[in-house]
Amino acid sequence: MTVTLFIPCFMDALYPRAGISMVEILERLGHTVICPDAIACCGQPPFNSGYHAEAHTIATPVLEKLADAEAVVIGSGSCGAMVKNFYPELFKATRHAELAARVAARTWEFSDFLVSKLGVTNLGAKFPHKVTFHDGCHGLRELGIHKQPRALLTNVRDLELVEMTEVSCCGFGGTFAAKFPMISTAMGEVKCASAAETGAEYIVSSDSSCLMHIQGLLSRQGKPTKTISLAEVLNHQ
Amino acid sequence: MKNEEKALSEREKILGRIREALTVSAPRPRSQGDLSVQASAEPSANHAREWLPLVGASVAEQFSLFAKNAADLKADFRLLASRDELKAALLKLRDAENWQRVASHGGELTDFTCKALGLPVTLTDRGYDIQEMEKCDAGITECDALIAQTGGVAVTSRSAGGRALSVLPPHHVVIARREQLVADLPAAFTMLQSKYSPDFPSMISFITGPSRTGDIERILVLGAHGPKKLTILCV
Amino acid sequence: MSTFVSDFKTRATEKAGDLRHRLVIRTALRSYEIIRDKRKAAFQSWESARQAAAETKWEAVNHLDKHLEALTAKLEARGTKVHWASNGEQAREIIAQILRDKKARCIIKSKAMTSEEIHLNHALEKEGFTVVESDLGEFIVQLRHEPPYHIVFPSMHLTRGEIKDLFQKELGDAPSDSPEELTMVARRVMRQKYITADVGFTGANFAIAETGMISITENEGNARLTAALPKTMITLMGIEKVLPRFSDLALFLPMLATAGAGQPMTCYNTMYSGPRQPGECDGPEEWHVVLLDNRRTELLADAEQRDALHCIRCGACLNVCPIFRNVGGHTYGTTYSGPVGSVITPHLRGLQEWKHLSNASSLCGACTEACPVKIDLHHHLLQNRRNASASEPAFFERLAYQIFGIVANEPLFWSLAKKIGWLTQPLQRALKGSALDPAKAWTKTRDLPPLPRESFKDWWKKRK
Repeated sequence: MTVTLFIPCFMDALYPRAGISMVEILERLGHTVICPDAIACCGQPPFNSGYHAEAHTIATPVLEKLADAEAVVIGSGSCGAMVKNFYPELFKATRHAELAARVAARTWEFSDFLVSKLGVTNLGAKFPHKVTFHDGCHGLRELGIHKQPRALLTNVRDLELVEMTEVSCCGFGGTFAAKFPMISTAMGEVKCASAAETGAEYIVSSDSSCLMHIQGLLSRQGKPTKTISLAEVLNHQ
Repeated sequence: MKNEEKALSEREKILGRIREALTVSAPRPRSQGDLSVQASAEPSANHAREWLPLVGASVAEQFSLFAKNAADLKADFRLLASRDELKAALLKLRDAENWQRVASHGGELTDFTCKALGLPVTLTDRGYDIQEMEKCDAGITECDALIAQTGGVAVTSRSAGGRALSVLPPHHVVIARREQLVADLPAAFTMLQSKYSPDFPSMISFITGPSRTGDIERILVLGAHGPKKLTILCV
Repeated sequence: MSTFVSDFKTRATEKAGDLRHRLVIRTALRSYEIIRDKRKAAFQSWESARQAAAETKWEAVNHLDKHLEALTAKLEARGTKVHWASNGEQAREIIAQILRDKKARCIIKSKAMTSEEIHLNHALEKEGFTVVESDLGEFIVQLRHEPPYHIVFPSMHLTRGEIKDLFQKELGDAPSDSPEELTMVARRVMRQKYITADVGFTGANFAIAETGMISITENEGNARLTAALPKTMITLMGIEKVLPRFSDLALFLPMLATAGAGQPMTCYNTMYSGPRQPGECDGPEEWHVVLLDNRRTELLADAEQRDALHCIRCGACLNVCPIFRNVGGHTYGTTYSGPVGSVITPHLRGLQEWKHLSNASSLCGACTEACPVKIDLHHHLLQNRRNASASEPAFFERLAYQIFGIVANEPLFWSLAKKIGWLTQPLQRALKGSALDPAKAWTKTRDLPPLPRESFKDWWKKRK
């Protein structure tokens, strides 16, 4: 099928390799991938701060450009939740209400698309490391993504997956990280400590924004644990 | 008259605000997945049984569950075969704990108990001296139900000698009949309602274990303000 | 610009950096989590129970006038005096007047968060009444002259050593730091106070419309004693606490215990339907029930957030909230802290002054998942943010989003912004951590990721 791949703003600017991995994986599975140049951001930052008009400014053109997409795949749980769960909220009682519902129904987060829509769990990848998986909160609680990344990771050759005991928010939370940096940092420290307890070499996540925050703390503290996106692991040989 | 008018108007103001607020309807709680839950046209207790912890169907299973739950709560439960066994258990308690005086109320089982113990008794039925009750080593009451699902007992101010008797003395002893066992909380509420409505005792209390607190470092301590010991003798 | 938000940030910074405090809270909550999960698993279907509880509360709150009228009629028919208070001031005056009428000197209290909400103790003490908190946790924080730390566990933040020192200093009685012995100290202190207090004061966990009852949940037995011994009893209750039927308690009592404390049932769950009735041997001669609005009707009027009134005050949302766990209950500066407090405080105390509580969240949703009555907590935080920004937008923040919108919508600007970011990276690195660093909020504790030369869009364009 033709997949419209929506690469979130920060992934485009900061983590292009994660996006590239998604393209390569989808093409290898035989699908045609389009990445509309005009779509840069889903509009979540203003939306989360309560600025709906400003969120509309960004989201309306995005919605219109996705109108004819056969399938929309978004490379992040939090942006996926924005389009799937919050666009219907944002556009309710506007002329785009029906369109928002239609696009939401055709939108998936990347790992969810592979497992739930395509029924694919084995991508023939190899990643000989001990890893732990961090569930981004929006993906987990808004989109119900928990089994899907694990189903995919189980089939990665030579990968050992260990689970963290502390399952909690990493503390990024978008603008929260900048507005309440002390709390954000404390939450991140708890997450890093929990990951360290597992002895994992890598923290893997579907959400590069979470990883940006976690890696930022690990690097500042000189910790050896590394972070990597799920897509890159699944594309690894 | 003026104060009454004022009070009435505060009530009417609040009710007025409520009615005004409720002219806009709020969405009903969404259920996710394929939970087929009945709309609240039917009282929830009818279905609560299906969701609360499982209770066995037979009386034997229920007594077994009650015993297990009571033990987890650190309540002392004995299922006794006869009045003789009850008497023996009471005397053993009296001697082991060196009871000098007990508090109780009138009732078929409590009369039997107080007679068996042969100790001075503070009876609550026609009023009592609180300082005298404070000196009692145990408070002995009947109850309305034993609840298998929780390992607890239901008492009322009518069945258990008032409000203080089952909570002031340091050791609460409940004398119950086998027929008083009910399976679960829904059954207990149904029973209490049909037994007492509309003239309810002013106090109904579900007692689930001896008194406790976790307020210091979340560490469980028994005997906070209520009884430190709860003994349930069922005959 | 209120000082509430700057106070919040100051306290948050202090507490978030206090590793010892974070460890105390984490340890306390870990033991709760283990038993909570065990108790939830014992339910045949915890999720169905949640749905039924949510539906029952919906029924209760959305017919609140009807249920309050039924409750009041039934209570009054059996001799209870029911008072209605639109706000805290009225409630305090009603309660103080009862104490004056009874020529009371000492009032013994069992735990009531509504009394914290209206700052009752302070008002009564100012008038010369002696107020004794009988719940162990409340007793402890009362001695420390601080508010409760958590709505269910008021002294959760203290170690046994701190409590021992407190008792030694304030009571001259602290044999050791064992929780058992410290509890016995409190028991001894309280004993005569129950017997000699003129008035007993309680809160209410639920009220039953069908049978005219107030239901009180506790572990210690202090509420039972407070409602048994003093001649006059006063109960203060938020109007939203009413449930339709007596049998509804069969669902709510075990759910409250499970979510709130990881217990199958709390030790004492007691339903009062009146003062001492004819033929009864004890109990208060007079019972006054004070129904409190205090802006709950405003929250009721917000149909979108009305379900916040379904709250049974179990504290489960506090326990799972990563913000609460890292900054603690006192940081919020309000009666109701944690997620539910962050939702309702802007409604009960003012949106613009308290919106920061709704802002101080990563919206992780753990609260909504934990809530036994399925309140849509984290979405309500978003709605508070929307309402706050709509009525008083922050000029620079809105401008920043407007600019961001322009840049995001135009591929040329977006591309330019990335190039500029890449070019100025060395400059940002040089300024890192200093007062001039625009990313200071981030870089104080975290490294920024390096901006790659080639973005995803660059790579995609090249491919074509």
